[in-house]
Amino acid sequence: MANNTAAIPVAGVARSSKAQASPWRIALRRLFRRRSSILGIIMLSIIVFVALFPGLLAPYEPTRVLLDKEPIQLRQAPCIHALGCPADQPQHIMGIDGNGRDEFSRLLYGARISLTVGLFTVSFAIVIGTLIGAVAGYVSGWADVLLMRVMDVMLAFPSFLLAIAIVAAWGPGLLNAMIAIGIVNIPIYARVTRASVLTIKEQEFVEASRALGGSGFHILLSRVLPNALTPLIVVGTLGIATAILDAAALSFIGFGAQPPTPEWGAMLGQERSQIFTAPHLVLFPGIAIMLIVLAFNLLGDGLRDALDPRLAQSDMGIKQK
Amino acid sequence: MITFTIRRILVSIPVLFGILFVTFFLARVAVKGDPCVATLGERATPQLCAEFMHRKGLDQPVFVQFGIYISDIVSGDFGDSIKDRRPVTQLMAERFPSTIELSVSAFMIAIVFGVTAGIVAARYQNTLADVTTMLGANLGVSMPVFWLGLMLAFLFSILLKDTPLWLPSAHRLSPGVVSTPFYQVYGWQVTKGTAQYQWYQFFANMYIFNSVITLNFKALLDAVRHLILPAFALGTIPLSYIARMTRSSLLEVLGRDYIRAARSKGLTQYLVIMKHAVRNALLPVVTIVGLQMGALLAGAVLTETIFSLSGVGKALFDAIQGRDYPVIQAFTLVIAIIYVTINLITDLSYAVLDPRIRLD
Repeated sequence: MANNTAAIPVAGVARSSKAQASPWRIALRRLFRRRSSILGIIMLSIIVFVALFPGLLAPYEPTRVLLDKEPIQLRQAPCIHALGCPADQPQHIMGIDGNGRDEFSRLLYGARISLTVGLFTVSFAIVIGTLIGAVAGYVSGWADVLLMRVMDVMLAFPSFLLAIAIVAAWGPGLLNAMIAIGIVNIPIYARVTRASVLTIKEQEFVEASRALGGSGFHILLSRVLPNALTPLIVVGTLGIATAILDAAALSFIGFGAQPPTPEWGAMLGQERSQIFTAPHLVLFPGIAIMLIVLAFNLLGDGLRDALDPRLAQSDMGIKQK
Repeated sequence: MITFTIRRILVSIPVLFGILFVTFFLARVAVKGDPCVATLGERATPQLCAEFMHRKGLDQPVFVQFGIYISDIVSGDFGDSIKDRRPVTQLMAERFPSTIELSVSAFMIAIVFGVTAGIVAARYQNTLADVTTMLGANLGVSMPVFWLGLMLAFLFSILLKDTPLWLPSAHRLSPGVVSTPFYQVYGWQVTKGTAQYQWYQFFANMYIFNSVITLNFKALLDAVRHLILPAFALGTIPLSYIARMTRSSLLEVLGRDYIRAARSKGLTQYLVIMKHAVRNALLPVVTIVGLQMGALLAGAVLTETIFSLSGVGKALFDAIQGRDYPVIQAFTLVIAIIYVTINLITDLSYAVLDPRIRLD
């Protein structure tokens, strides 16, 4: 069986490894032709580095209270020696937070959390959404109708409100918030996968595989799904950006990460009433969120143009936030 | 077109039923915690609780409760708030107007500025104007709405204090300014607690609408000033999406043959763009406008929190915290129905604008 299918000389299925490399190489070349996607990649590389090794850059531990150890005050404004801050004061380039901790260190450690949140929620949604969409599109009939109606109902709620409701039911916490955001994003990936599966399953190479006696599951997994990957990569990358924003918003209103976790949305939310006296504690975490989201957006836009120019049209179907 | 409309409406019906099902079970089954303890607090003895649960019908089997719920909704009865012991419709009449005012003004800002920015960027492609606009739009879609709101509040309420540009950053009216309900101004008789009274209140609570029809210009000006910051905060993200979409769609259209034909007729650049290109380019923009309108409702929750506006978002929060099932159910239900309706209108308007869609 395995020998038989491997021998089918159909484009898009059992290509030799050399031929398979080329469409990706073309896509990569297209990706690097755009200045904005290069910018996104550079920003993302820096963020990933910070997330992997925050200790290398951070002067303090993220949860360490410095109040008794240094001559500082709560919510002290940034002190940068190079910009004229007196040398006898300890340097805190983003100031001190409301609990006497170094804001800059907390910000650096926060990169790890935001990145994890984005990757986890989207992977979660992609795995389940792909499964649902693939079954719906491949099996058709009542399974398709049932599954897609359920997805429609989920899409009928503003996703952020649905996430709030789920977290309210399970109790606040970063993990619950991540799962909630993952759940509300499932329909997006289910729809994308179903749409691709519907087109792919009618193509000749799938028919050939079926004629050779491949089981439905085998065909779906090794013939159809690999060819449905492209839109998922694009939608997924842009979805990470949205997921990070949603998670930050949940933490901001107190439903996500709990103190003392250095999560950017939570850091911002805890100090939001201090905006008039200590604006730096709101400014910096917000910029951090914006930069990581921007990086994923730039990369996602670049990938979309590089992998499938037709997708540019369905822009509006993908991002709802 | 009629067939398409009917088919599209029929498709929405199972979705609406699903929404009823989800709102009920999400509130009743999934939300942990006891409504009795949440309402009565320390006074919640087993005996008082049993009596409480019986009075609210919460001791019936879940499926019976669902049946009662459906029949109540159909007859327009959303029940009473467990906490306030007032009809939920009363709470809606108080809270929805604020959110509607906010969303609608945010949306007008988004459409007007978004489409304009998109046209400018496409018309002057690859110039400084284009690059700045698109840079702004990219930052706009990446910004957390709550952060933008706080920053705007800081800029306009603190840094620009004592200048003419100062804007209020909380509440809907300044202390002392009253938007007297129109039914009182015009002396209309209405009994408290009736459905008519709630509708009157609903419209009266839209301060801008109310102050216009009662010619109360002091309240109008004050309400508008209070609305500027939240509306811009909420509108920026959809504005950025609309600007991006308008630009890319217009650029695509500008490359078409009929545009070249229009140019070769000797039409001015302005006429070519405004009359021939923009109309066709706005098709995909309509879809994104519909989707963003729905997302706006969610953003309104965050914006209301920041600008201390007691709208739908605040009501929903309090209800979730207090396990106030009737309020949670009713509010999520209404929001979901609004959302579905917007999607329906978007689909239909798309079909009106592009006849090819109807054939699918």
